Amino acid sequence: MTSDIAAILALDGIATGAIYVLVAVGTVLIFTVTRVMFIPFGDIAAFTALTLAALETGQLPGTVGLVLVLAVLASLVEVWSLARAGKARQIPKALVFYLLLPVLIVLLARLALPLTPSMPVRILLALLLVMPISPLLDRIVFRPIADASVLLLLIVSMALHFALVGLGLLFFGPEGVRTQPLTNAAFEIFGVHVGGQTILIVLASIVFSGLLYLFFGFTLTGKALRATAVNRTGARLMGIRPARSGAIAYLVGSLMAGVSGILVAPVNTIFYDSGFLLGLKAFVGAIIGGLASYPGTAIGAVFVGVLESFASFESSALKEVIVFSLLIPILIWRSIASPHIEEEVEE
Amino acid sequence: MTRAQLAAVKIVAVLALAAAPFLVSPFSVTLLNYIGIYSLVAIGLVLLTGVVGIISFGQAAFVGIAAYATGWVSAIQGQSPWLGLLLAIVLTCAIAAVLGLVTLRLQGHFLSLSTIAWGLAIGFLFGNIDGLGGFNGLSNIPPIAIGNYVLSEGRQIYYLIWATVIVVLFLLHNLLNSRLGRAMRAMRGGKTLVESLGVSAYWVNLTAFVIAAFLAALSGWFYAHLSRFISPTPFEPLAGIEYLMMAMIGGATSLLGGIVGAAVIIFLKNAVQDYLPLIAKGASGQLEIVAFASIFILFLQRARQGIVPFLTRFLPRTQPQRPEAAAALPLRKQPAPGEILLKVEQAERRFGGLVAVNKVSFEVRAGEILGLIGPNGAGKSTMFNLLTGALRCNGGSIVFAGRNIERLSQATIARAGVARTFQHVKLRPRMTLLDNVLLGAYPRTRSGLFSGALRLDRQEEARARAEAMRQLERIGLGDNPFELAGNLPLGNQRLLEIARALAADPLLLVLDEPAAGLRRNEKQKLAELLANLRREHVTILLVEHDMEFVMNLVDRIVVMDFGVKLCEGDPAAIRNDPRVQEAYLGSTV
Amino acid sequence: MALLSLRNVSVSYDKVEAVRGVSLDVEAGQIVSVIGPNGAGKTTMMLATMGLLPLTGEVTFEGASLAGLDVEDRVERGICLVPEKRELFSDLSVADNLILGSYSLKDRSGVDAALAQVYERFPRLRERRRQAAGTLSGGERQMLALGRALMAKPKLLILDEPSLGLAPLIVREIFRTIASLRALGVSVLLVEQNARAALETADYGYVLETGEIVQEGLADSLIHDPKLIAAYLGGGESR
Repeated sequence: MTSDIAAILALDGIATGAIYVLVAVGTVLIFTVTRVMFIPFGDIAAFTALTLAALETGQLPGTVGLVLVLAVLASLVEVWSLARAGKARQIPKALVFYLLLPVLIVLLARLALPLTPSMPVRILLALLLVMPISPLLDRIVFRPIADASVLLLLIVSMALHFALVGLGLLFFGPEGVRTQPLTNAAFEIFGVHVGGQTILIVLASIVFSGLLYLFFGFTLTGKALRATAVNRTGARLMGIRPARSGAIAYLVGSLMAGVSGILVAPVNTIFYDSGFLLGLKAFVGAIIGGLASYPGTAIGAVFVGVLESFASFESSALKEVIVFSLLIPILIWRSIASPHIEEEVEE
Repeated sequence: MTRAQLAAVKIVAVLALAAAPFLVSPFSVTLLNYIGIYSLVAIGLVLLTGVVGIISFGQAAFVGIAAYATGWVSAIQGQSPWLGLLLAIVLTCAIAAVLGLVTLRLQGHFLSLSTIAWGLAIGFLFGNIDGLGGFNGLSNIPPIAIGNYVLSEGRQIYYLIWATVIVVLFLLHNLLNSRLGRAMRAMRGGKTLVESLGVSAYWVNLTAFVIAAFLAALSGWFYAHLSRFISPTPFEPLAGIEYLMMAMIGGATSLLGGIVGAAVIIFLKNAVQDYLPLIAKGASGQLEIVAFASIFILFLQRARQGIVPFLTRFLPRTQPQRPEAAAALPLRKQPAPGEILLKVEQAERRFGGLVAVNKVSFEVRAGEILGLIGPNGAGKSTMFNLLTGALRCNGGSIVFAGRNIERLSQATIARAGVARTFQHVKLRPRMTLLDNVLLGAYPRTRSGLFSGALRLDRQEEARARAEAMRQLERIGLGDNPFELAGNLPLGNQRLLEIARALAADPLLLVLDEPAAGLRRNEKQKLAELLANLRREHVTILLVEHDMEFVMNLVDRIVVMDFGVKLCEGDPAAIRNDPRVQEAYLGSTV
Repeated sequence: MALLSLRNVSVSYDKVEAVRGVSLDVEAGQIVSVIGPNGAGKTTMMLATMGLLPLTGEVTFEGASLAGLDVEDRVERGICLVPEKRELFSDLSVADNLILGSYSLKDRSGVDAALAQVYERFPRLRERRRQAAGTLSGGERQMLALGRALMAKPKLLILDEPSLGLAPLIVREIFRTIASLRALGVSVLLVEQNARAALETADYGYVLETGEIVQEGLADSLIHDPKLIAAYLGGGESR
């Protein structure tokens, strides 16, 4: 391997890693706030890419159907549980959030479509359409078992991922898509050709990580989210509702995953099931960060991207084997590094 | 239900299974074959997940290793499938052993994540190893033959599959009722509990892990030779989830749950394939997986317990036989009364900047009851954890029966003769009183995996059961040894923990706040028991907060406050010590 | 009418009835202390009052029943618990911990002034405001927990073992702070093992033993009661 090839591989890896960073950061956020290892963020990224592709060709994306189905289900679950808890007065407010808002977003997309919106508007629409999915899934799937063990939540999360793959095929079809490039610029840095798309990916990743940092550091909502993550009971005693923190975390995480989907769509062909590997590799990055540290997660995700890039040069067939085998030593290291907490298995 | 009735039910079930191929259609026989094959994996998962508490997403990879191993031997090398079976088992178990050795020290969810990791990595290997057919798969796998008799039809292989399932059930059932099996059943009570009984949690986990892999290997072998064709798809992570779903829906705490779960999933799948196209034309493929995932999620949200445990609640319980008298288990040599048994010298333990135990020294003499008391936060629990090996000292030494124990593991200290109880009772609520006490006798007995599974351990087992019964009677709970421990009130649960500790024939009994949360009459009962033990010269270290309880019971008292030893003496002197009064009542402001 | 009143409250968990038929009142502006040995059920009772454990019986606050209200609803009504374990946000700075104390306040205008007041009361916290809460010493943690609770401008402050694990000098400071809350019009329910200090600070006292109230009365009279010492140290005089 020459140094030129190494530089190209490294750059390629950093770009891939930057995409993983966005998904991984969302994963850490969800885990710390809700204890759910949310595997489906990869699927959310893939769905965003598919949504954007549909909008480009002037079709109503499958997301519309998915969001409407989930909104109806979530509303039913919420109304049922409020009515049972004797809190019928809160039903109208809940319906605004779980039914009206998603429906409004869908309507907006429906109305905007015939106007052949420009690319930035399309991107915005795609993000808006995808963002309700995870909070709705949270309401339907995870909220009823919010107190279950981390392991049970993990099993549910895996099952949910496979449900989403099926739904993805149902709503988006089996065809792969590749969206229009966001930029055609190209640069020459130290004699190495660098695509504008690569730079855009890295920049976007940095900008959105920075925005997240500002959100956590300087807003009451962001601090409340961190407080829930650090100490749930403590947060409740301050009047911070874990369910609300969870919903906000899912929204923020979806945004990050959505952005990664937008960035990856012009580079790779995306299918309804492309999210699994994207999500799992981002997850490996998150585990390197101990499912707790954001900088650690970012470094971990970039590391996974670079490793994958070099591994695919050596043996493209075995790159996944290499990436996932790597997870075992990482887990051993993290398990030793983290303080021993004995979680008893439920009877 | 009597034992005879139970045996009758079993015989009828086996006869029904034997007659089934003549009564149902060939297609149903195929379904039954797959049920048998999948239940092998699911039974392994019941052992791993339901009994031992390790959730594995990767069993499909083990099935795949075995299937590809036998595929390679028989289809590519042209050798006998039986040679394939040998390679399948050896290879799968070896890989499982290596994976287990590496990953089974991982804690909690890290362990399950590692099963996803190797499950994926191995899953990706199958399509990418040269010479194994790639993603197109491996065809022309020959059927199994016994001598010249070729099992090429569903009806022929049926008997081999189900005979295997029944033998596996029988062996595992024996195992679970043996010494090692009880240790496995205790694993879900947490590492602290099993290690305190002298059990090495790591080795028990590893054994269960390899057994589950072995069953997956059997399944993979059958699968390859039944379907005669293998490709990477059935060994991917989705299949791993499906196996988990079988075990959990069937009921992960019951071996039969594996079979019922496999049957339910396969019949459901079949029904879904039949009826979904009628509801949604052209979308059945994608809806199948959605339907299954949704059913599983709903199950995990609402039921969790599984079908078999749910149903067994409605069945009459069989009444087991009370243990009969048998020769006693070997006893330890107790030290002479008055001899120094435990010597703690300058023990120190820090947590960050906080010194929880600060240069504490005391000793326990054989035959006495020593009380270690102090207000909340005085460092008693930390001291306790240092003694039992749950925590390591930062400095100082602890000598027990002439041996330095401050660097030893919990299990080793337990085997050396320190038996403990827990402030927050750690019993196995779904196990009987007798089985709970039998757990305590673990270090005094020897039988292992094979003697347990093949029932070669009966003589030792009878002695252990007699010993456990004796201890139950000693604490006054001998009337109903087959009651479930979870049904006892707190006071009796505390007593039961003491019986379990006594079953280990300990040199030193360490009790962690045994009176906490007890009502007055329960405390009285406990005090009586402890007084009896004192008359029998059992050496006891009693860590307690309740002064009144301690005062009338112990020979000497050590008082701790703010991590240091405040004073030491007989109960009367301690009660009148102004320093102790201040530590307990607080100083004036 | 009492600010907080418990009527015939029982709490069970893990099959143990840890609190049995307890009735108790906190009048507005009063400091009421519940004392009793370890394992008497004091913490259980406070967690249940806050809504963190289910209870049977009736709890009313300002005359309205708290039944069916979540922890967060009770916080919004003006009840604030400083738990035995403090439950600080260890990774967050001292300042962020305090600001989050005011999370339940709809009106954000007074937050800065409240923060200044807390810093004035505990100058140590101002010095350490940028430090992570997890790096504080035991005494500073208790100050932070108290300060964070005061940021919520509670009507009733429930303090669970505020002196636990603290050196005598710091205990003195904490109790002085508690006594000074009377001037702010905050009512206090003080749960303590440190019986002498608690009764010296309180107006009224209850003694809890194995889940039941065995004695109550004005704090001054309880403090000189010989039976109290018996309850703690044992010795048979009480029975």
